[in-house]
Amino acid sequence: MLCDRCGQRQATVHLTEITNGYKKETHLCQFCANEIQPQGFGFPPQLNLHHFLAGLLNHELGGVGFGQQPATGGDKCTSCGMSEGQIMKHGLLGCGHCYTHFEEKLQPLLRRIHGNTRHTGKVPGRTGGRARLVKEIEKLKSQLKEAVSREEFERAAQLRDAIRDLEKTLEEGGEA
Amino acid sequence: MAIKEIVNRSHSHWMDAEGADSDIVISSRVRVARNLAGIPFPHLLNKEKSNEVIHALRLALKNQEAADVLGNLELCELSELTPLERQILVDKHLISPDFLNKPEARAVVLRDDEVVSIMVNEEDHLRIQCLLPGLALMEAWNIIDKIDDGLEKTLDYAFCEKLGYLTSCPTNVGTGMRASVMLHLPALKLTKQLYGVLNALGKLGLTVRGLYGEGTEALGDLYQISNQITLGQSEEDITNNLISSTRQIIAQERAARQVLYQKGAQAVEDRVYRAYGTLKYARILTSEEAMRHISDLRLGVAMKIIPGIRVSLLNELMVKIRPAFLSKIFGREMTPPERDVYRAGLVRKEFAGLPC
Repeated sequence: MLCDRCGQRQATVHLTEITNGYKKETHLCQFCANEIQPQGFGFPPQLNLHHFLAGLLNHELGGVGFGQQPATGGDKCTSCGMSEGQIMKHGLLGCGHCYTHFEEKLQPLLRRIHGNTRHTGKVPGRTGGRARLVKEIEKLKSQLKEAVSREEFERAAQLRDAIRDLEKTLEEGGEA
Repeated sequence: MAIKEIVNRSHSHWMDAEGADSDIVISSRVRVARNLAGIPFPHLLNKEKSNEVIHALRLALKNQEAADVLGNLELCELSELTPLERQILVDKHLISPDFLNKPEARAVVLRDDEVVSIMVNEEDHLRIQCLLPGLALMEAWNIIDKIDDGLEKTLDYAFCEKLGYLTSCPTNVGTGMRASVMLHLPALKLTKQLYGVLNALGKLGLTVRGLYGEGTEALGDLYQISNQITLGQSEEDITNNLISSTRQIIAQERAARQVLYQKGAQAVEDRVYRAYGTLKYARILTSEEAMRHISDLRLGVAMKIIPGIRVSLLNELMVKIRPAFLSKIFGREMTPPERDVYRAGLVRKEFAGLPC
């Protein structure tokens, strides 16, 4: 089969596009394929995840989210200097501190992506510190609730003591 | 040097087709994103700063206490590998295609069995991955969890109590975890039920992609299913959710295979044997055609229509027939037509001497 575009070379790249239920097949040679889409086949570039995210950021309404800022403009992260405009453009944050700096603006976005704004998973052992304690206490509390509902009072008492100990450590500002 | 060995062999542990459901689930993968505290994310770093991240990881890997958990991990800068060798690591699913866009100041860490790999300075400072054959997501998470703890003995992670592990892209924040399974679903595709199944997955917070991640098409009826949400669910929740959804899809694929066979045993057998015949005797094979026939043959082997062929061989062929690996065996780059002839020869050799 010859290339649909140049009609000269052998077609080795076969592209199937489905738009609104209509299938369109294109057969191209290696050469034309490279010329048409230098980034390779796949979704058109505007559907790339980062652009998509940037679009979402742009879409946050009511002045709560990211505003209409030029690429270099807007509020800047005090740690890495990344501006609102740059974040909107790339769909990426600049550093860990950006999450604190832009917290209010990020909240609606995070809710939209994850349906949630609070981490409930793993906490690092050494740097996790307080967070690890808080998580452990939460876990014990739910076990306590379960023990009470099953009327396992001896176990409930043990759990209650364990929770009290951990809470004390937490109040004293210590780590596990 | 171990990494040079890895790019020279076509086999990886994930191709072994071990464990339950390995007729449908090719592999299970868990990947977590981690960043170092106090250092901007990779896209803002210059070469010098990026090298500091690599250096920090080198030190963490040497930590004696951690070394026992980590096993035999070797770090290699991407610039030490030829473009062909890098592409082979992508084809083997050990690094992402995006990782190759900017090869300077990036590094890859591999365990010699290829189960564990770490990308350094991709979208995040560290992307730690575990890849196992069959449906083994919880096992993969447990391995990642240990490796992560081992590295954290030395490295300070960017973490906050409320949002969890902080990542460059807000779609990964929280657990930073992406769990995925690679499924072979030829019967659902043939019976045109695939879109229904895949649509339902979207409602469960899961996404479907083709063989090589974002934006790639589903070559060889292979689909990658992964979690979308990383914030507000624990790693175990994410893993269990994906396991139970995968089990449902497995049941549906099995049912579809049965229906296909009941409705037209000869049509199925014909399809499988034609695929086998082509692979065994063809003189010119494009990678697309080869993938299609390998998929049909894999279905036939799983349905016990053709005896004497190992599923692991077919899993391996899916990587071996790709341009990068072919060029590696051949010893130099080839033009596409040259490659199609060489590919057919290589596939013929694999099936020569097999029954039927």
